[in-house]
Amino acid sequence: MSWTIENYDRLLIALWEHIQLVGVGLAIALAIGLPLGVLSARRPGFALIVLLVSGALYTIPALAIFALLIPYLGLGFWPAIVALVAYALLIIIRNVATGLQEISPDILDAADGMGYGRWRRLFAIELPLALPVIIAGIRITVVTQVSVATVAAFINAGGLGDIIFQGITQDFGEKVVAGAVVTSALAILCDESLRRVELRLRANQAETA
Amino acid sequence: MAAWISANPSIFIVALQNHLWLAGVALAAVLLIALPLGLLLTRHRGFANAAIAIVNILRTVPSLALLVIMLPLLGTGFLPSVVALTLYGLPALLLNTYTGLTEVDADIVEAARGQGFSDAQVMTRIEIPLALPVIFAGIRTAAVQIVSAATLAAFIGGGGLGELITAGMANFNFPQLIAGAVAVALLALAVEVAFAGIERLMTRQLRMGAS
Repeated sequence: MSWTIENYDRLLIALWEHIQLVGVGLAIALAIGLPLGVLSARRPGFALIVLLVSGALYTIPALAIFALLIPYLGLGFWPAIVALVAYALLIIIRNVATGLQEISPDILDAADGMGYGRWRRLFAIELPLALPVIIAGIRITVVTQVSVATVAAFINAGGLGDIIFQGITQDFGEKVVAGAVVTSALAILCDESLRRVELRLRANQAETA
Repeated sequence: MAAWISANPSIFIVALQNHLWLAGVALAAVLLIALPLGLLLTRHRGFANAAIAIVNILRTVPSLALLVIMLPLLGTGFLPSVVALTLYGLPALLLNTYTGLTEVDADIVEAARGQGFSDAQVMTRIEIPLALPVIFAGIRTAAVQIVSAATLAAFIGGGGLGELITAGMANFNFPQLIAGAVAVALLALAVEVAFAGIERLMTRQLRMGAS
């Protein structure tokens, strides 16, 4: 434990870098995925193509995506973000589309009858109702991104994977374990807190309904 | 990429063989553990909640973390890689086996018992066949996850296609790096498509059998 105690600041910096990777990756993925998800819910043909492409991206191993981006984008933070966004798209688009499609047509008819326009209906009725399913997607996305961001250290993007890879090259077990344990703890913490948000939202909706 | 592979066929084939071997052994181990364990959990429901809570935590642990945690415990090489990949693939199949079996309609099970089916007959003729699509979906997820995560086994000396990527990076041999990356990406996609195809065939047959 002595390395961990003496170098807790290095672990904290790596943790902060890791959170930045996931945070920026998630924000960009949401900015792209939300509109594509709404469009997919409206047009089944478009949904098929988008889900096929994002599904293929989701299946490619993380290390392979990072390696394939090197000739085009080089090393560092932003190439890592491109890969993190690529991984997030499938789940976000799929869950936004599912969440919107699951809304009862009666509710939409009622909104139309009350004179809601398309956009107002989307933002005031549909997206709030779809929120628990969207949050469920964000939860899976964040856990995946915490995992993929660990491998991002391979292309010098920093984060907790950096501590792990340093430990491997230096043949220093404690450093490897410290990096792995903090990464796992981060993933479990994100999963659990987003699960609670999702449960609370569902409970609130059940109450008002 | 093709140029590098045709110039170094033996290195490529060894890496591919190692990759398939790693993933194959881990998937076999997952099947051997998760199927009976999932079945056992449906018979001991009190125990199941605790087991599922643990498995849900295991499912959240990043693949690289799971692999490198093996270093101080089991060292480097094939065995620690297989153990880590088995743990990584286990949650998907265990959860699907348990859910698939629990979701079997209780009325159907009851009707079978009424017709004089024994416990073993109910299990092999009713519960398992009806749960099969969900169980197979779990096998598919586990297979794709394992083939994908096996790329990272290169970091703990487990070999496989990931080694072409790490070695290519270390020696600035970009054709080798790209060859490894493209090969492993195609392999993962092929596994996904193949298992999805089998799953579709199975669901169709089950539906035909039911009608």
